[in-house]
Amino acid sequence: MLNQEKRKQPQGENSIYKVSHLNLWYGDFLALNDLTFDIQEKEVTAIIGPSGCGKSTFIKTLNRMVELNTNVRTEGEILYHDENIFGDAIKVETLRTQVGMVFQKPNPFPKSVFENVVYGPRIHGINDKNKLMEIAEISLTNAALWDEVKDRLHKNAYDLSGGQQQRLCIARSLATEPDVLLMDEPTSALDPIATYKIEELIDQIKKDYTIVIVTHSMQQASRISDKTAFFLMGELIEYDKTEKIFSSPADQRTEDYITGRFG
Amino acid sequence: MPLFFIVAALISILTTLGIVTTLVVDASKFFAVVPLGEIFSTNLAPLRAENPTFGFLPLLTGTLITSMIAMVVAVPIGLTAAIYLSEYASAKKKKWLKPIMELLAGVPTIVYGFFAYSFVTPLLMNLIPSLNAKNALSPGIVMGIMIIPMVSSLSEDAMESVPHVMREGSLALGTTRLETTLFVVIPSAISGIVASFILAISRAIGETMIVVIASGSSKNLTFDVTQSMQTMTAYIVEFTSGDAGSGTVGYYSLYAVGLLLFLFTLAMNLFAQYIARKYREEY
Repeated sequence: MLNQEKRKQPQGENSIYKVSHLNLWYGDFLALNDLTFDIQEKEVTAIIGPSGCGKSTFIKTLNRMVELNTNVRTEGEILYHDENIFGDAIKVETLRTQVGMVFQKPNPFPKSVFENVVYGPRIHGINDKNKLMEIAEISLTNAALWDEVKDRLHKNAYDLSGGQQQRLCIARSLATEPDVLLMDEPTSALDPIATYKIEELIDQIKKDYTIVIVTHSMQQASRISDKTAFFLMGELIEYDKTEKIFSSPADQRTEDYITGRFG
Repeated sequence: MPLFFIVAALISILTTLGIVTTLVVDASKFFAVVPLGEIFSTNLAPLRAENPTFGFLPLLTGTLITSMIAMVVAVPIGLTAAIYLSEYASAKKKKWLKPIMELLAGVPTIVYGFFAYSFVTPLLMNLIPSLNAKNALSPGIVMGIMIIPMVSSLSEDAMESVPHVMREGSLALGTTRLETTLFVVIPSAISGIVASFILAISRAIGETMIVVIASGSSKNLTFDVTQSMQTMTAYIVEFTSGDAGSGTVGYYSLYAVGLLLFLFTLAMNLFAQYIARKYREEY
C-alpha cells in the first residue's frame, strides 16, 4: 500500500480527481490494480500503454460508464471534487453531466446536427428555442465546427465526414457544460488531417476544461498533454510531467514502451 | 440452378396474382348486380329472399372497432415489454422470457375464441352489466393479448439492432436509461416498431375465429362495444359455411368483402411504409 508521501502526484496543483487504491475486476479478472494518483484541474492528462493495459477501463471508471459492462466490481475510491463517485452523495447522472465523454468511433445520434448538440441540454430541462440555439452555436464554435455546419444545422449528422462527426460529438459533450472531458482514443478512427484538427481543438479548450485522453499514439501524447500516465497490465507504472516521461522516464518499462521496444 | 430459385420466387408472386385475379373477377360479378355505392350503405341483409341489400359499412366498423380495441391493448403492453426486454432485462432473464412470451402467439386462435367467449366475457359482465353475451369488447381484448408477442418481439428486434454506442453516447451525457430509451433508442428503431404495429393490426384485421366465436353475427351498424358486431372475416365464414348458394349474389358478395379486406390490409402496409420512411432516423 502506498502511503501519502509516495502518492504519485506532482506537487502544488489542484486535483480534480483523487484516485485511491482503485481495483477493478471484470468477473475474476483484475483489470485495474491498486491505482493511486491525482488528476489536475485544467490540464491535459494522457494515458498511454499497450492494448489491454486498462487505460480505457480506467477513463470509463472516471464517469462510471464502465458499470455498463456486466460483472464489474470496484474497490477503493475516486474523489471527484472531494466527493467519492462510488458513494451515494453524487448521482451517476450528475457525475456524467459534469464529466463528458468522447468515444473511439464518432457516435452521433441519427438526428440533425442541431438536435445532436442540444440533446443533453434539452433532456436536462432547457426548452427555450433561442437558448438552445445559443447553446448550439457556442458549443459548435468551441468544437471548431460552427463555420463548417452553420448552414446545415438541420441536416442529418451522418452526412458529415468522420472528423466532423467526432467534433460534433465533442460539441455535444461541451453543450452540457462539463468540467471534465474524457476522450477514449478520439482520433483512432480518423485520418491525419482530422486528427490534427482534433488536437488543435484540444489545445484551444484545455484552458477551460480538464481533459483526460487515452491514446495509442506516443506522438499525440507528447504533443498535447501536460501529464502522462503509463499503464501496464492494470498497474500505473509511471506518472509525471509529459516532458519528463518522454525525455527521462524513471522506470525502465516506460522507456522500453515509449522507445517502441514493445507494445 | 438459378432457375430453381427464380421459380421458387415466382410461386409466391403467381399465387398472389392468382388470388387477386379471383377476387377481382368474382367481385366484379357482384358489382355487376349491386351498385358500388350500395356497399357503403348501412343496411346489410344479404339473405333476405326478396331484395337483399349489401351495405358493408357495419362489417367495416365491426372490423375496425375490434382491431382498434386489440391495438389499444397490444401497443402499450407490447412496447413496454419490448423496452424491458431490450433495455433492462439481463441476458439470462431474456433467454427464458422471450420464448415464453412468444408462446402466446402459438396458441391456436380457436382457443383464444373460446377463452374470450367463456372466460373474458363473463368476467367483463361483472364490470359492465349491460354487456351482451356476444360483444366486440371481449374478442378485441383477447385479440390484443394474442398480438402482444408480435409487437414486443419485432419491436425488441428493432431496438436491439440500434448500435450500443448510441446508448453510450446518450448515457455519457448524464441521461437516465429511460431517457436514453425514449429519446435515442426508440426514435432510432421507429421504422421497425411501426412495422410491428402494422403487422399486428393486419393480423387483427384478418383474425377470424376469435370474432366469430365471441362477437357473433349482428349486422347492425353500431359503435357500442358492448353489442355484437360482425367483422368482414366473420361474414365470410358465415357465408362459406353454406348459407349462400353458389352463383347467387350473396355468394359473390364474399369476394367483394374479400377484396375489401385485401385493399384494407394493402392500404395498411403502404401507410406503414410511408410512416417508416418519414420518421426513419438512419444510422
